[in-house]
Amino acid sequence: MAATTSPSMPMPTLKTIPGDEIRQLLWRFEDRYDLAMLVQSVRAVARGPVARLVASGGRLSHDWTPEKDALLPEYDAAGITAAYMSPEEGGFIEGPKNFAMALIAFELAWVDAGAATCSLAQHLALSPIHERGTPEQQQRYMSLAAPAPGRKTFRGAFCLTEPIPYVGVETGMLGGKARVAYWPTEEELAAGKEPILEVSKRGRFITNMGFANFVTAAVDTGDERIKSSCMVILEETDEGTYDRGTPTKKLVHQLSSTSDPVFNMKVPASRIIGGYRIEAGKVVPNHDHSSVIEAVFRRTRVGVGLMTSSKLLSAIEPLIRYHRDRFRGSGAVTPGTPRFELGLQQKQDVTHRLLEIWAAGEASASLGFATARLFDELDPLEKTKTAILAAHGIGGGMAEFKALKKRQVEAIEFLDMQDHLESLRPKARYQALAEDTVVQYVILDATANVLCPATKLWNTGYGSHMMREAVSLMGGYGITEDCPGFLSFKWMDTQLEATYEGPEAVQRRQMSVTMTNPVFLAQFRNWIHEMRQVASHDPGTGACTLASAMKLWIWTLDHLQLAKDANGAKLYQSNRQGVTFPMADALCWLLASRAQILDVERLAAEGPNNPALEDGLDGTVQFLRDLCHMQAARAAGEVARICTELVYGYLSHPSWSEPGCGACLSQNDLVSVEALVPGASGFSDETVGEGGVHETKAGPCAVHPGLNDFAKLRAKLEACMTGFQLAKDRAGDSLTKVMIPAALDYPQ
Amino acid sequence: MPYQIIVCGGLAPDPLQTLEPVNGAASPGLKNEMMLPGVLDPWASHALYEAANLARQHPGSTVRLVSLAPKAKLQQVLMTVAQKLPFELVALDGPNNGFSDANETGKALGEAIAKIELPMENVLVFGGWESATRGSGVVMQIVAERLGIGDVFLAVDEIKVEEGGSFLVKERVEGGKHMVSRCAAAPAVLAWATGNLAEPPNHPQTGMANMRVIMPSLQKATPTAVGTGMAFASASLPKQVRETRIVKDTPAGEIAREIAEWLKQ
Ligand SMILES: Cc1cc2nc3c(=O)[nH]c(=O)nc-3n(C[C@H](O)[C@H](O)[C@H](O)COP(=O)(O)OP(=O)(O)OC[C@H]3O[C@@H](n4cnc5c(N)ncnc54)[C@H](O)[C@@H]3O)c2cc1C
Repeated sequence: MAATTSPSMPMPTLKTIPGDEIRQLLWRFEDRYDLAMLVQSVRAVARGPVARLVASGGRLSHDWTPEKDALLPEYDAAGITAAYMSPEEGGFIEGPKNFAMALIAFELAWVDAGAATCSLAQHLALSPIHERGTPEQQQRYMSLAAPAPGRKTFRGAFCLTEPIPYVGVETGMLGGKARVAYWPTEEELAAGKEPILEVSKRGRFITNMGFANFVTAAVDTGDERIKSSCMVILEETDEGTYDRGTPTKKLVHQLSSTSDPVFNMKVPASRIIGGYRIEAGKVVPNHDHSSVIEAVFRRTRVGVGLMTSSKLLSAIEPLIRYHRDRFRGSGAVTPGTPRFELGLQQKQDVTHRLLEIWAAGEASASLGFATARLFDELDPLEKTKTAILAAHGIGGGMAEFKALKKRQVEAIEFLDMQDHLESLRPKARYQALAEDTVVQYVILDATANVLCPATKLWNTGYGSHMMREAVSLMGGYGITEDCPGFLSFKWMDTQLEATYEGPEAVQRRQMSVTMTNPVFLAQFRNWIHEMRQVASHDPGTGACTLASAMKLWIWTLDHLQLAKDANGAKLYQSNRQGVTFPMADALCWLLASRAQILDVERLAAEGPNNPALEDGLDGTVQFLRDLCHMQAARAAGEVARICTELVYGYLSHPSWSEPGCGACLSQNDLVSVEALVPGASGFSDETVGEGGVHETKAGPCAVHPGLNDFAKLRAKLEACMTGFQLAKDRAGDSLTKVMIPAALDYPQ
Repeated sequence: MPYQIIVCGGLAPDPLQTLEPVNGAASPGLKNEMMLPGVLDPWASHALYEAANLARQHPGSTVRLVSLAPKAKLQQVLMTVAQKLPFELVALDGPNNGFSDANETGKALGEAIAKIELPMENVLVFGGWESATRGSGVVMQIVAERLGIGDVFLAVDEIKVEEGGSFLVKERVEGGKHMVSRCAAAPAVLAWATGNLAEPPNHPQTGMANMRVIMPSLQKATPTAVGTGMAFASASLPKQVRETRIVKDTPAGEIAREIAEWLKQ
């Protein structure tokens, strides 16, 4: 199964578009039949009722129409709504649900991301309760939201964003307020009566508002008797105003409902998510709104990232079909001729651009699913960690932060040991750290804090560029409502995926902090070795190119954290987004490419165990490896560009007027030097001509001996690109041969 | 009366796929067949939906799907089928395509059913009257013969159980008509046409419950060799006939009349 990039070896080609068996192995759920069934069930809804509604023009209205509303029971019937719940609450999937949610988002967005958003918003509304709610809140809302025969499913909306000038990217600027409407007497308090809160909040762009029965809303304290901000649950039947507001005139995701609601309601304090205490005559919420939304977004953002990946991969089959069939049916083009059989695929640019879309889709899906799996691993650890810390009297907040920070040393020690050969590890110590839940939590948490924003940022941001490419490859058809695969809708929709749940700036901001966590960086260093190891047995994946790019990135990060610009100002600091943000972007490229390579490695290793794949596995693995190689080279190019811009871009360019410039040799000096030592004049970069006139350019060429290490790494990286265009040519050849279905399977 | 309903069903490639016959060393096959997504044979699917419906009407009944197919492919297909209705599985791991021999297939299915050792007086064996892959229309008769069941109905669209245990069976005959027979009692073999039921929606909860019994049966699938028993000279797709005439200003009624004429030819 080993591949090389040697051009002379005949390589197997891709026989069919990768199907479910391949996807299950790549994304590691071949043993999870609950998930495999969920995929089939969601797919039937997506490609059936959802696709039919899109095809019949259901997206051409801002309003929440009866036709759109009719999709909700379809989601319920297919298990989409209940997938979020545990079996005790009316669900059917045991254990953490991040990966299951990711699969749902992926399958729905294959046809329409608005449908995916509609389902996601329900989970988003429940998520604050699920993550931080009291047991009573969890019991009530999770059960009511689980579809059951004979009663209406309780649906929710998550309300954070407010009308300008309040919360958007800056989630701290809340205009919504909670005040005390009634404070019980001492006796009433003793009898268990609760303070009543008056909650006033206006929302902007709130999804599911057209039909939500409850809202989880973020509000600040507007009363000295309430200690902090919080999130509260409002039900449509509570006393006061529950105004759904006017529908947003959005241009995208039209199968979800969005509007600007207004709430002014009285609710008992027990609606504060996560509960409260009464201390010194004040309501003290157990969680402020920031800590709740942090726990929520870090999980739900992964699904959003995967929506865009899904759309890229969904574009492949319709594009191949369009290209192949482009000239068929004309009397002048007869069967058997290349023009008939290959159509536009005769043109190299067409196949190469499609490969780039495909590679981006694979990489982003791999990254998204890897992140979702990571959260599934993290969830139980997080619970155990909280229990362990609580047993030591540490109960969240700053105390927890400090306690976890102390364990970072051991986490790094573990990662260092992991990087060594097993035989060289101090066994007992390694084992002890491997079994230490808190240490393992610190490692996974540090990784998740980078992977989650990376998925959201890169998948949607770069994905939207590539979705535009997909549209353009379909010609004029691409920008019509009739376009097979609804590509133009999908393209527009990507912009919302890049925006809601925190636009790109939010993700970059988060990454610029989390990616400098020493635990993450220790992990990242191990990944460089991991990629070299992959490269040593499978050189055709581009893993070596990627490892070199990773090395360049980490060198640059270390450098930027110490370096100053030409004016003496520190480069890597939070308000210098021109430095930190591009480094975050660069890291995303690396992470996506790594995830893609690891997935294909897994397919190569596990694929032979499935006899159903026997026929075409070699060709599929080869093709996917070639895509990895292309993507790794593309990532390396981006990283090299970004790092170079940042390393050199803040230095000032020397000018002819600088004092040191007197050292330039004149033409006459050069002639004398040449006479003494033939060839020596070539070692002098700059000269002055007659009358002290310099060459016509900006100044002496910039030379930075202190950056030689960087220059060497960069030169090495460029040479590492060797062979990737061959991989692209080979994959292009596969693209012209791959068998596709006779027709698209949606709308059904 | 509770029934023991056994449904024979194989796999077929997803009908949207490009199906291209290729001549293999031993027998013909479809290009990249193993790589193509599969479905439960549509005729057998109808039989399965009818079986579930009948089982619902007769509490205590069980439905078993007996399937001869490559195990790994069958597992994928079950991810959808198992969500639709409750059933148990008897899996035979062996070849299943348009070129495997109908006689051998019928024999293997019949033997597998016999091995379950059910009391024959309440056994109903269901299947498709033909398959979307082979279309020979003989497998169910062979199964009946193997099991020694004399009452065999073909192209069935309906079964209606009467008080006392007899049942009416509607079979398709020429000209869009049905023949109605009364069968005194089980056992009987019913090879279904389309029946009258829509495809049940997916229901992952049902799937989860089913899978707890289905997966162990699938793991225990009996390896089953199916001899080809015949030689194929060649295999090819039926020729597509396309006759296009571009007309202008012709009334719709006139076009319809012409098409009807053409169909009658
Ligand atoms: C269809 C739709 C559905 C939505 N659904 C919901 C929902 O259900 N619930 C909910 O609460 N919200 C929802 N939203 C709101 C969405 O989350 C916000 O629009 C988004 O978070 C951005 O906020 P904003 O629009 O106020 O942008 P702003 O805060 O005005 O930001 C605009 C741009 O300015 C730049 N910028 C801003 N701040 C910074 C910074 N600190 N550093 C660098 N650059 C910065 C960025 O480029 C940013 O994209 C939805 C939005 C839409 C369009």
